Amino acid sequence: MNKVNLNIKQRKIISDKIFKIGVTVAGAYVLVVVVLIAFQLVSESYPVWEEEGLSFITKTDWNAVEGRESFGALPYILGTLTTSAIAMMIGVPLSIGIAMFISDAPPKIGAPLGFLVELLAAVPSVIYGLWGLYVFRIYFRDWFETPLHDAFGDNIWLFSGNPYGLDILTASVILAIMIIPTVSAVSREIMKAVPQQQKEAAYMLGATKWEMFKLAIFPYSKTGLIGASILGLGRAVGETMAVTMLIGNATGLGAIPSSLFGPSQTMSSIIANEFVEASPASIHMPALIGIGLILLLIAIVINVVAHLLVTRMLKIKEGAINN
Amino acid sequence: MNDIQTRRQEYRLLFKQNVAKRLFVDKIVRIIVFSCVIIAIIPLGSILVEVFKNGITAISIEFLTETPGSIGSGEGGIGPAIQGTLIIIGLSSLIGVPIGVMSGIFLSEYGDNKLAKSIRFFNDVFMEFPSIILGIFAFLIIVLVLGHFSVWAGAFALSLIMFPIVARTTEESLKMVPMTYREAGTALGLKKWIITFRIVISAAKSGMITGILLSVSRIGGETAPLIMTILGSSQFFSSMDTPMDALPLRIWRLSLLPYDSAQLQGWGAALVLIMIILGINLGVRYYFSNKKNLFFGKFIKQRRNTIK
Repeated sequence: MNKVNLNIKQRKIISDKIFKIGVTVAGAYVLVVVVLIAFQLVSESYPVWEEEGLSFITKTDWNAVEGRESFGALPYILGTLTTSAIAMMIGVPLSIGIAMFISDAPPKIGAPLGFLVELLAAVPSVIYGLWGLYVFRIYFRDWFETPLHDAFGDNIWLFSGNPYGLDILTASVILAIMIIPTVSAVSREIMKAVPQQQKEAAYMLGATKWEMFKLAIFPYSKTGLIGASILGLGRAVGETMAVTMLIGNATGLGAIPSSLFGPSQTMSSIIANEFVEASPASIHMPALIGIGLILLLIAIVINVVAHLLVTRMLKIKEGAINN
Repeated sequence: MNDIQTRRQEYRLLFKQNVAKRLFVDKIVRIIVFSCVIIAIIPLGSILVEVFKNGITAISIEFLTETPGSIGSGEGGIGPAIQGTLIIIGLSSLIGVPIGVMSGIFLSEYGDNKLAKSIRFFNDVFMEFPSIILGIFAFLIIVLVLGHFSVWAGAFALSLIMFPIVARTTEESLKMVPMTYREAGTALGLKKWIITFRIVISAAKSGMITGILLSVSRIGGETAPLIMTILGSSQFFSSMDTPMDALPLRIWRLSLLPYDSAQLQGWGAALVLIMIILGINLGVRYYFSNKKNLFFGKFIKQRRNTIK
């Protein structure tokens, strides 16, 4: 009797162990890939760090001509930060508004509208670029940029330059549209995570809907909403194709953002533009990989912070339900 | 007496003013919030309308099947690009789906320890990695090593975008299978892997398929990692070791050309791409959601609610 039981147990253990090892290896694949990516980017960009040192981050030249090579990443870092910041300024308030509407609307109206907003995320980046290049840019230039330039261009540096449509502002607005689905979806989840009692308590005090948001939802979900916005920032920083097609692609000193209507370049767009032409033998490719490394570090920091904030918020929700 | 009455009137007036102001603010906020939704939907509408309006004139049998003509001539088509997109989607699913599903099984069935927690966290962070970095990575470890642009490198790069999405959706849908199903299997004396494959996965099948297809529609539109891996070409697929074309790449190249005909072809290619991607996206949501909500609810969330 005992022997039979033991046999079954042993058989179970062996095939289950293989299964467990198999799925664990598959799970650990992501860790291996992350480590490998970091290692590859560091080792392949090593020549540029050796050549330029840390001044690679602070220099502004960009010259790939043989014998006169000189590479500095500062303009592209600034370009990325500027476009992402403007995109956040436009996209985050819009997204929070959308989340407020959808989290509170009756499902019959809220669900289809939420679905349509989410559909924005399904449109490929390159189609945003195409639409931005041939449709949006024209209207935006004629109806928005030119009047602004005519009104303030001579006095405020922000609006100087010649509005041509291929500039920082256009790229940022497209970026803002692209981060809306992410930020609004996460913010919506977070607003829904606020316990019902809190909202009811606010209504009991005689609050209007807006006062309910002010009293009950915003204080409770502040961290989560910040996390959601940072998640959107992570999206904006890494976005490549639409920005490459719309930002005007200046290099070197010309790429330093000086006005909203000037061309610039972001880290991902310079990689997309020059990577294939760069020769692996010269320092050009290591420089581009070095920019990739900086981009990766920025993206990792942003996303880790965002995930910590968002998961903390959603954990509070679980705790509240269990209590 | 009179004094009290006037005071009451004053209070009433104050109360009215106060409430009126608050209701007014509330109304303003409602309008602002609703216009946020409208502002977000306008670009979507405009993109769809423009792509259909401009793209439909470019579409013809030749356009869909022929190789691109000489630059600026407006002749030829996007046959190789369509073929390439289908090939690359198939190959990256071949790599990405098994890894993603296995990893999702790990997270849901063995996911109660420190290793699983860190994997889940890195999975989430990895999902947001800029896709161009994954392209550089595939370039460095495949293209540079082999010495030529390769279809495998592109498929590998896209599989890296795909597997974390598949892993997380698999985990979510496996977790939704009630514990009693697993207990029933254990009570029958089945092995854990048989329980997982025969009972748990078949119960969670539709959720997993949703996740896989949504990840397919996501990688179908990816461009950045393809630039440095399959490069783009104007010929039909010939071997795994030569450059290949894909729809997003073709759209990008066409949009950079200064000819009206190229622009028109770009819109045509965009129409084909958006039909493929939105087709998968909407089709999946429609097919796997229950009839009551049509395709307007996320399948997974509905499931979660019914189980609760």
